[in-house]
Amino acid sequence: MLGLVAAALIVINIYTDWLQPLRERVTGLVSPFYWITDTPDRVGNWAGEQLRSREELLEENSRLKRQVLLLEQRSQLLASVKAENTQLKELMNSADSVDERVLVAQIIGVSPDPLEHVLVIDKGRDDGVGLGTPIMDASGLLGQVIEAGDSSSRVLLITDASHAIPVQVLRNSVRAVAEGTGDLYRLKLRHLANTSDIREGDLLLSSGLGGRFPAGYPVGEVISVRRDPGHAFAEAEVQPRGRMNRSRFVLAVIEERDTAQGNDRERDLGSE
Amino acid sequence: MEANNRWFIAVTVLLALLLAVMPLPYNWLWFRPSFTALLVIFWITRMPQSLGVGFAWMVGILEDLVTGSVLGTHALALAVLAYFSLLTYQRTRAFNPAQQLMWVFILVGINQVVGNWVHGLAGKPVPGLTFLWPAITSALLWPWMAPWLGLMAGRLQVR
Repeated sequence: MLGLVAAALIVINIYTDWLQPLRERVTGLVSPFYWITDTPDRVGNWAGEQLRSREELLEENSRLKRQVLLLEQRSQLLASVKAENTQLKELMNSADSVDERVLVAQIIGVSPDPLEHVLVIDKGRDDGVGLGTPIMDASGLLGQVIEAGDSSSRVLLITDASHAIPVQVLRNSVRAVAEGTGDLYRLKLRHLANTSDIREGDLLLSSGLGGRFPAGYPVGEVISVRRDPGHAFAEAEVQPRGRMNRSRFVLAVIEERDTAQGNDRERDLGSE
Repeated sequence: MEANNRWFIAVTVLLALLLAVMPLPYNWLWFRPSFTALLVIFWITRMPQSLGVGFAWMVGILEDLVTGSVLGTHALALAVLAYFSLLTYQRTRAFNPAQQLMWVFILVGINQVVGNWVHGLAGKPVPGLTFLWPAITSALLWPWMAPWLGLMAGRLQVR
């Protein structure tokens, strides 16, 4: 009897999204579990910071200062480019200017199931994170939020076997879809035309098609292309840019649109 | 009515759930023993009159909620496991340690097979027989865990 109930739950869970609100509620309730199991790690980090020698700190400090200087110089450049870009867009009467707010979140847990590349982060609806919010680290896209609780959310990584993201080659804007493989270090481009111009070393950016990920964030680098005349399509292997199991802090990219549009987007994502 | 110290069962279940989401290096995840399965076998073999499939089902639902897996996966797997443990608790008690170890391996293996079946249903890639690793690590853990838990339960007179 209970077996039947469990089986029914499984079927409902897999084939419908009726349980989504419940799951989001529960995500908030179970975050203490992740918080507790994360404690040894946190204590370790804290101890590591407290027990650092003076020389190390000085060295790190000067290194960071140099880095800040470099980044500031680059962001100045960026400001002028941005202004120019806005002006050009206005000239073209394009209304597509989305303001993005970036929120730093901490990873407090990873899915215990190795078949599932899911992270738990410590930001939720209270902080503006919602269903579909893109998550990235300093070097590239990591994934998107699939369950948002009040103060924690679950993030599906782009390497999960059930995930796919529309991408574009930086060099020539060729479009493709990068699928997760279930391997933390590989994505795959399948069904490429045999003649498409993709090479080893090409950088892939998110293309923004599909409306879920913002355009222009680095996704990965092509490491090999297999063109086999016997097959109808070429295939490429991609190494993701984001460090899937190294990062401790991640960035949640929150788009600030006007509310009506934002709600629309929310509903669209929810019904998928 | 006398105190029966049932809270100890709840404490062990909480501990098992914590261990179930304990962060591990990625490559070790394949070997994480199924602590809840071990607990269910232990408690059902110890007190088959008062605990049964329902208990296992509740533990399973809790594990599903905590780990965020497809709701019902662990509930179904642990309910099946509990059913077999209930059928065989008399034999399990009489087994010598080596036999117990083998038997736990088979029981947790059944648990893993059910879980793997749900994975397949959900469209996750099912890589070979790797899903049986937790059955082996769980079985190896059993000879350490069972006497210790038994001692604690005996001291506290859990009934």
